[in-house]
Amino acid sequence: MASYVEDTELRLGLPGSDAPASRGSKRSLPENSSAGDESCCRNDGSASAAKAQVVGWPPIGTYRKNNFQAMKVETMVVEPEASGLYVKVSMDGAPYLRKIDLKVYKGYQELKEALDSMFKCFSQGELSRKEGCNGSEYAIAYQDKDGDLMLVGDVPWEMFTSSCKRLRIMKGSEARGLEFRQ
Amino acid sequence: MARVEETGGDREENKEEETSWWSPEAVEGGRVGEGPSRGSRGDGGGDGGRPDTPPPPPYSDQVLENVLENVLQFLVCRRDRNAASLVCRSWYRAEAQTRRELSVGNCYAVSPARVVRRFRCARALVLKGRPRFADFNLFPLGWGARFSPWLAAMATAYPWLERVCLKRMTVSDSDLAFLARSFPSFRDLTLICCDGFGTAGLAVIAVLCRNLRILDLIENDVEDEEEEVIDWISRFPETTTSLESLSFECVNCPVNFSALEALVARSPSLRRLRVNQNVSLGQLRRLMARAPHLTHLGTGSFRPGIAEDLNVADLEQAFVSSKSLICLSGFREVAPEHLPAILPVCANLVSLNLSYAVITAEQLKPVILKCNNLRTFWVLDTVGDEGLLAVAKACKNLHELRVFPFEATEDSEGSVSDVGLVAISNGCRKLQSILFFCQRMTNSAVVAMSKNCQDLVVFRLCIMGRHRPDHITREPMDEGFGAIVMNCKKLTRLAVSGLLTDKVFKYIATHGKSIRTLSVAFAGDSDLSLKYVLEGCHSLQKLEIRDSPFGDVGLLSGIHHYYNMRFLWMSSCMLTLSGCKEVAQKMPNLVVEVIGDRPKDLDSDTVEKLYLYRSLEGPRDDVPLFVNIL
Repeated sequence: MASYVEDTELRLGLPGSDAPASRGSKRSLPENSSAGDESCCRNDGSASAAKAQVVGWPPIGTYRKNNFQAMKVETMVVEPEASGLYVKVSMDGAPYLRKIDLKVYKGYQELKEALDSMFKCFSQGELSRKEGCNGSEYAIAYQDKDGDLMLVGDVPWEMFTSSCKRLRIMKGSEARGLEFRQ
Repeated sequence: MARVEETGGDREENKEEETSWWSPEAVEGGRVGEGPSRGSRGDGGGDGGRPDTPPPPPYSDQVLENVLENVLQFLVCRRDRNAASLVCRSWYRAEAQTRRELSVGNCYAVSPARVVRRFRCARALVLKGRPRFADFNLFPLGWGARFSPWLAAMATAYPWLERVCLKRMTVSDSDLAFLARSFPSFRDLTLICCDGFGTAGLAVIAVLCRNLRILDLIENDVEDEEEEVIDWISRFPETTTSLESLSFECVNCPVNFSALEALVARSPSLRRLRVNQNVSLGQLRRLMARAPHLTHLGTGSFRPGIAEDLNVADLEQAFVSSKSLICLSGFREVAPEHLPAILPVCANLVSLNLSYAVITAEQLKPVILKCNNLRTFWVLDTVGDEGLLAVAKACKNLHELRVFPFEATEDSEGSVSDVGLVAISNGCRKLQSILFFCQRMTNSAVVAMSKNCQDLVVFRLCIMGRHRPDHITREPMDEGFGAIVMNCKKLTRLAVSGLLTDKVFKYIATHGKSIRTLSVAFAGDSDLSLKYVLEGCHSLQKLEIRDSPFGDVGLLSGIHHYYNMRFLWMSSCMLTLSGCKEVAQKMPNLVVEVIGDRPKDLDSDTVEKLYLYRSLEGPRDDVPLFVNIL
């Protein structure tokens, strides 16, 4: 599905910024360069494969990186933000997306109920995952700051709101795949 | 013999080691006579004569050597000592007897046994293991650089050892325990970017090292299982301690605060205290009250704890009373509204590290505008170009600036740019060292800095987006870096980034004659770049390269120079096994390591990671499966 490719394409720049064309005059990167173990394989379809995150770049020591993570979460929680935390919500098969303010919800339960009511018209059944139910039609996933697709519910709520960039309600077989991978 | 280099344990690696290589006589150093008996010297060395030494030289020579030793004791600088040891065998012996501080820049360049054989009465050891790129996850775990073999050798050879400083080594808890038990005079322990130990090891140090003066733990990876965290702070003896410096920012586990407060209270010599982020602002205030003579303070979280009701005035009073403070760091979770509490000490500050403080320009300004004597300033880019402008206005004496990115990714917004760099160059003319992370840069800004800051010794610019050109002209960044090497005659350390062609390396080769450390990433067009550098940079000691299109031809062009270097690192370039083998064959005193992430990576012909270094010992015996020594 075209929309699937777009949704999950791990693009790193804002559209239009730092276009790959600026590297047009350069030699192409050799096969074994710049490919971190973790990242490049997902970008086979994308034009800028080399834009995937690379191991150890930018060169910030691991000590500082680890401390930054903790720091960022703190900042998000404590500093009051004037505006809300609006993220797009897409649902597979729905003709248009919605936007919600994550700040409004106090936890995952509230979020799931809100999404349920928002997308009721597009779906047959309950959106919220039932524990132990292997026939759940939908799974709620989100795209985090690194561009990875993650299952909603694993991390503490504050950490989730600080790293969530957009939400995606996945259905059917893909949803089950995501569950197993977690 | 590898020059046993001395560095004095500096943290920023600004000072580099001497480059002079060995003398043929020195190779036999181990077999030369051990020098005169100890009784004639007045330095109080405690280990007397050794039963297995050869007979001392004739009387007149012995007198001469005694005199020499007494004179050489005053020689502290390692380069002077290295030079003195080359004069003749007599001087060599005398120098070896009187060298107190040993500095080994690469723990695999020379073996513990050899060091111990030559230098008989060392009191201090500075030892470095992994190269800097290990900090960026480029070295697989378990690669090496363990402290244990060194410790074992020194425990018998240097019972009066007082100081140890390790950088990027693996130190286990049992190592720390063994160290604490082996050296009764032990005083100073500094661990920088090390790993392998936890609170258990620290506890033994606290209990057994009764003369401990310095315990500085800096950016180490301190590992503890959840259940096994030990309250090491409470293990210090109940009596008055001789502690002068205690830094444990990287020991990220809860702190027994009352034990810490009591420790500080009974450490009258304490001048440097750097606590971890689990110490709240209220607790910090109490510590400061206990230690009003502190000169260096690491402030921990700088945030009030839960249920702590702290007003700025109270906190400010604590800083008013700390009249000796010249260095502040910490601010790990800073509550910006409390930052102005440090105003009373700003005028005296020589060093300020706000690199973990997420603050804006507006929050920085009132503080920085008072810091007119600042020499060293580390900050996060959240202060933006505007914040840097304020720094430029206020800190006319600035020697070192580091600007770290809040979001260390290629696509982050980036709040500092060429504008900030130009402002700094205009305001801080005495700048000697800069590390600058940004997303946007121009050649003209870098050129401006090269002209305004002619005292630059260290220039490290990291444009985080790979291959990014000048954001205004869209040209490569060649001219900017070229200007730096041309205009900054004192430059010894350079890190390049952005879109770069072979041209910049020609500039570096032509003008960078004093450069000792060069870091290259995602740069250059061809082997010519590497060839230029290896043929032109005569002072080059450390070369670290990643993700650049350099192959065997470039690698082989350095054969005339590799013995003069500490190491070469190349990863994700275009090297092949045959090229690396050729280097290994032609240079028997070079250790050529091919490193893979997994053992089976070593089977392929392409070399993903190459680390080569000079060594007297040949291939090391603790090679893991994923390393192949050619």
